[in-house]
Amino acid sequence: MVRAAFRAAGQEQSLISERVEGMADGTRDKGERKDPPDDEAALSARLQRLGDRLTQVNRPSEHNDGPRQTTDPSAIARGFRLSTELVAGVLVGAAIGWLLDKWLGISPWGLIVFLLLGFAAGVLNVMRAAGVVKDPTVND
Amino acid sequence: MATDPIHQFQIVNLFPVGKIGHTEIAFTNSAAYMVAAVVIISIFLIAGASRRALVPGRIQSAAELTYEFVANTIRSTAGTEGMKFFPFVFTLFTFILTVNLVGLIPYTFTVTTHIVITATLALSVFLTVLVYGFWKNGLHFFNLFVPKGIPVYILPLIVFIEVLSFLSRPISHSVRLFANMLAGHITLKVFASFITLLGGAGIFGIVGATLPLALVVALTALELLVAFLQAYVFAILTCIYLNDAIHPGH
Repeated sequence: MVRAAFRAAGQEQSLISERVEGMADGTRDKGERKDPPDDEAALSARLQRLGDRLTQVNRPSEHNDGPRQTTDPSAIARGFRLSTELVAGVLVGAAIGWLLDKWLGISPWGLIVFLLLGFAAGVLNVMRAAGVVKDPTVND
Repeated sequence: MATDPIHQFQIVNLFPVGKIGHTEIAFTNSAAYMVAAVVIISIFLIAGASRRALVPGRIQSAAELTYEFVANTIRSTAGTEGMKFFPFVFTLFTFILTVNLVGLIPYTFTVTTHIVITATLALSVFLTVLVYGFWKNGLHFFNLFVPKGIPVYILPLIVFIEVLSFLSRPISHSVRLFANMLAGHITLKVFASFITLLGGAGIFGIVGATLPLALVVALTALELLVAFLQAYVFAILTCIYLNDAIHPGH
């Protein structure tokens, strides 16, 4: 008795899940079946292909520098790492520029030039940390 | 005081040790927690290594896991040559991890929320890279700042940028650990103080206080992750920087 009831319940559940799947399928089919304008289908197919190709193109550059990839196991750590890299670059540039101004008396040129260079270094740091630019020091 | 989220970071002198010039050197609560971390790590590792069973027990297998984890990290980033720095990286990793985890226990002090500590650790890495790099590679170490395949006319600019990028390493290295721990502990404290404030505001307040309570529970779990992750990130960046000292440029 009990077993039969269980079986019935199981069947009912599978029925429900089938129905849900069917509904999902139905809605999807309906969207395409109603009036499938050829250009729209072609466009979505092309977008799909473009997405596939983009992921294929992007993947190697991400995996290029193998060890770097293991640096950031979570999104928070990754984001935090990128932001600190940028800020550190700018700070170091500003500090060096300011010190040069003080020592050589060339104010404000040291600060201007080294702040810009520091910003560039910060961007370079970020790109390296993100794996966009291959780090020449890590490659082999 | 209960709602002051900064109070937990206060340094307290426990007893004076000596004087350097006119500056009194005292044994602080920060130093006490650092000593505690060293004691915990020592007990853990000695207990793990004492039995040396073929089939490891709980502590032994945890100690072996820690060793394997750090060793694999070094091998994958700095190569087998990097293993000569294993004691250094292992010390940094276990120290930061223990200090972070101890700091998660309520009423304790988190050593890594002070930038003095993290900057000292990061500078020790930076100086190790500099000294070892020059000792091993001599002037070839400067190849680090001269990437290959760059047109000559922009090379001076690139060298400046590379040098600045190199100099910014200890800053980002130390600020990352410090800011993560500081921000996490302040957030925890602020949300915890919401509980007491709401709890004092009648029956609706008590019902409302369950919301920050749930958040504090979730945040504690997140902080546990961050405590481990930051120790790991610190260790792996140390390996990457040491890799520069071992193989600069090519």
